[in-house]
Formats: sequence, structure tokens, C-alpha cells
Amino acid sequence: MIDFNHVTKDYDENNALDDVSVHIDDGEFIFIVGPSGAGKSTFIKLILREVSPTKGSIVVNGKTVNELSNREIPEYRRGLGIVFQDCRLLPKKTIYENIAFAMEALHKTPKQIKRQVPLVLSIVGISDKADRYPEELSGGEQQRAAIARALVNVPSILIADEPTGNLDPETANGIMKLLEEINNRVTTVVMVTHAKDIVDKMNKRVIVIDDGRIVSDKKGKYDHVEVMQNA
Amino acid sequence: MRSFMYNLKQGSRQLWRNKGTSLTAILLITSMLVLVGVCFIITTNLNLFTEVVKQDYNEVEVFLLDDVTYDDVVLLMQKVEKQDGVVSVSYRSKKVALDILKERWGNNGYLLDTLGDNPLPQSLVVTVESLDYSAGVAEYCGKLPHTDDVQYYQQTVEVLNTVTNSVQKVALIMMAFFVLISIFLISNTVKLTVMARSEEIQIMKYIGATNWFIRGPFMMEGVLIGIIAAILATLFIGVGYYEFQLVYGKMIMSVVQSALVPNSIMILNSGIIFLAIGVSIGAWGSLVSMKRFLKV
Repeated sequence: MIDFNHVTKDYDENNALDDVSVHIDDGEFIFIVGPSGAGKSTFIKLILREVSPTKGSIVVNGKTVNELSNREIPEYRRGLGIVFQDCRLLPKKTIYENIAFAMEALHKTPKQIKRQVPLVLSIVGISDKADRYPEELSGGEQQRAAIARALVNVPSILIADEPTGNLDPETANGIMKLLEEINNRVTTVVMVTHAKDIVDKMNKRVIVIDDGRIVSDKKGKYDHVEVMQNA
Repeated sequence: MRSFMYNLKQGSRQLWRNKGTSLTAILLITSMLVLVGVCFIITTNLNLFTEVVKQDYNEVEVFLLDDVTYDDVVLLMQKVEKQDGVVSVSYRSKKVALDILKERWGNNGYLLDTLGDNPLPQSLVVTVESLDYSAGVAEYCGKLPHTDDVQYYQQTVEVLNTVTNSVQKVALIMMAFFVLISIFLISNTVKLTVMARSEEIQIMKYIGATNWFIRGPFMMEGVLIGIIAAILATLFIGVGYYEFQLVYGKMIMSVVQSALVPNSIMILNSGIIFLAIGVSIGAWGSLVSMKRFLKV
């Protein structure tokens, strides 16, 4: 569950988010769309607690995020999985090691790692690539590996920041199917994207952010016209 | 324990990866530790000399003018003996004074044979109960007739104390300066690895690894640099001090009449000091280098 209550975020003089309130239930699949610089990445950064809101409060999984102390942040982030547009796999580690690394960083035992890593690799469908290095994989496979890494510590919320941005439409479709599958396993998915066709095809709840405000929040399609009018 | 081994493995691997910079840092820190060690050696030895002097020289020597007569001397001795804290008074002739000096110069004593006329003054040697009385006795003796100069070891002790204090001060200032430079050196070396692995650090931050987990390997890298430098410096100091003792030990012994601090004690103590300094600057240096990178 993600709850924004009248959240405002200012960067120096610039207003990145302005009095935003939104409620996302457990197990929802949400698209965050809007033009560049509208406040989408600020929205994500606020959830990840990379930044704190200037005004308002954010509650995620029952925790008031803006009140977390620096000590509590690592523990809080373990409930979130994050996938970036550029995958961010470590080039000198194999796919298996990349994913195992995410578990080692949280002090998981070798036994847990040996059980969990093959499981997530099979969920994302790249079990056969475990011993390859990232550069040996296609873009889509790399993104699947990144999703596997995000899932390996079993987060309740998966945040995907333009995960299909670097992919061709067909590969992108594959990734979207995977994300939908993950969503069906009761993981909340919050996906930031520019891709209108993907949003339209998926028919999920779409939150449109423009100029720091939520201008539309409804199930269905990327309401392009409305965005343009407000811009 | 598992995480200690993990840090050790990662840390030494990182150290090996930028051998060049690590080695430079290690050598520079080693040489600075050696400087600190030299100061340490000087101070401890000076302290030892001071203690020896304090114990053995509870004497005040009153030099007499050359025109003093036998009767004058007897009279003087009687007066001095009555003073508080005076244990005994004895007369030292010019010849005895020269013999003592010759003995003190040891093998070089023959040089004094060429002096011709004995330039040394005759004196009264006053033994006092403790050094604390020496200043009072010396002042009294100085005012008596026929006396020229009064020497007592309170002065020597004071000089030694002053020298020891200033060496200690210099050592402390050097230490502070040196610690700052070393922290800078280590933080620069570790920063190379931190930057090379900034992506990894960022991912760990997003995954929810704690700052201490992320810092671990980098701290270990800095601490390893410090430990290696400390070991090298201990070796240098140990060998150097050993050689110094071989060459100059006897000479110093004859001049100041006190032995040098033994090598084993010196190595043990400087080793412990170097390790403590090395480990703390290593840890501190890596903390400094990481600060910026942990802000995600």
C-alpha cells in the first residue's frame, strides 16, 4: 500500500511535486506517465526515500516514510524492488552472481541463496543464462535479470522506472507480460513509462503527472490529449 | 565472522587491484610512522637518562678559586656540613678531577694528556639526601667566599626535562600533521575503489544494504594499508635502532653513563603504537572517502 497525503516537494526554487495525494492498494498495477520533468522521477524517489517531501506525508506498507531515520531506511527499502531503465547489472559478475549479490548484501545464508536465485531466474525465464555475463545477454534478457534481482528478496512493491525504454516493441511486450505475471502473484507494481502503446494495451490504472500535479487518475488509456492541454 | 571474512577478502582484492596507489600510500605512511618512531625513541631514551641522573647524582659540586688555602677549605667544609640535607662533604683536588674526566672519556682519555697545565678547578663534592635539597645547598654554597661556581644535577635534570618536553611537543605536532596527511592519502586510495564500484554501492543502497555492510570492504582496504605500513615501519625502526645501538651504544653509555632502552622493548612498544595509528587512520581515511557515495 502506498499513500501520498498532500505531498509537496520543492528543489530549491523549483516545484517538483505540488500537493499530490494518491492511494495505491496492495496488488495494484499502476502506470505513472507524463512528460519529462513533470515529477515522475520525484514521485519514485519519494517512495524510495531518496528524497524527503517538503510538505505532506507518505505511508508505504504501514510505515510513514518521511519520518524514517537514516538507520531505518535500509530495512524499509528491503520491502521494495526496483528496476531501472538501464538494468544496472554489474558487468564483472555473472547473472547468477548479480542476483546472489542482492541477497548477500542483506546477509542471507548461502543455503537461502542457493534455493532462491534459481527460483527467480526461472520466474523471469532465463534459467539457462545463469552463468553468462550481462554483456552476453540481449537487452530483454538483461532486463529480465534486473527484474529477477529486484524480486529475489521478495518485495511487496516492485518499482519499474522505464523498464522498456531501451527495448524494441516485441521484447517490451515480453517484459510487460512478465510484470503482469509478477503482479498476479500479489506484488504491487508501479511502473513509470513514456510508452503510450504499452499503457493502452495493458488497460491498467494510469496516473498522469504534469507540472508537479496529478492531472488524471483512472483506469484505461494514456490520455495524451489531456496531458498536452495541461502542459 | 562470516562478514569479517567477506570484508577481508573483498578488501585485500581491492588493495591488489590498485597496487600502484596502494603501494605509494603504504610507503609514504611507513616513512611518516618511522619519523614518529624516531621521536618516540628519542623521548623514551631522554626519559630514561633523566631517571638515571635523578637516581645517581644527588651531588652538588662547588668549584673553588685557585687561590684558596687549606684552612679556607676546612672552614668551608665545616660550614657546608651543617646545612640541611647535607650527608657528606669531600674535597676533590685538581688531579682527581682530571682522573675522573679521563675515565669518563674512556678510550679517548689520552687526549687529555696533552693538556699541560691542569685547567680543572678543585672542588667540594657535597652529597645531599635527595635532589630536592640540592637547589638550597647550591645557593648557600654559591654565597660563600672562595667559591667560583656551583654545579648540581638539578640543573641537568631540568635541562633534560626541557629537552624531553620540547621533543615530545615536536613529536605531537608532527603526529597531528602526519595523521591528517595519512588520512588524506588513504582516503584518496580508497576513493579510487569506491568510484570504480560506485554503481555497486548504489545498487546495494537501493536493495537495502546497511551502510556498515557497504563500508566494510572499503574500511578493510584502508585498515590493511595502515597495518602493512605499521609492520614495515616496525621493521625499519627495529633494524635501525639495533644498528644504532651497535655503533653508538657504548659511546652514549660512556658520555651520559646510562644504557639505551633495550631493542626488544622499543620494537614491541613502537609496533603497538604504529598498529594503533595505522588501523585508526586506515578506518578513518576510508570513512572520509565514502561519505559522499553513501548519500542515496
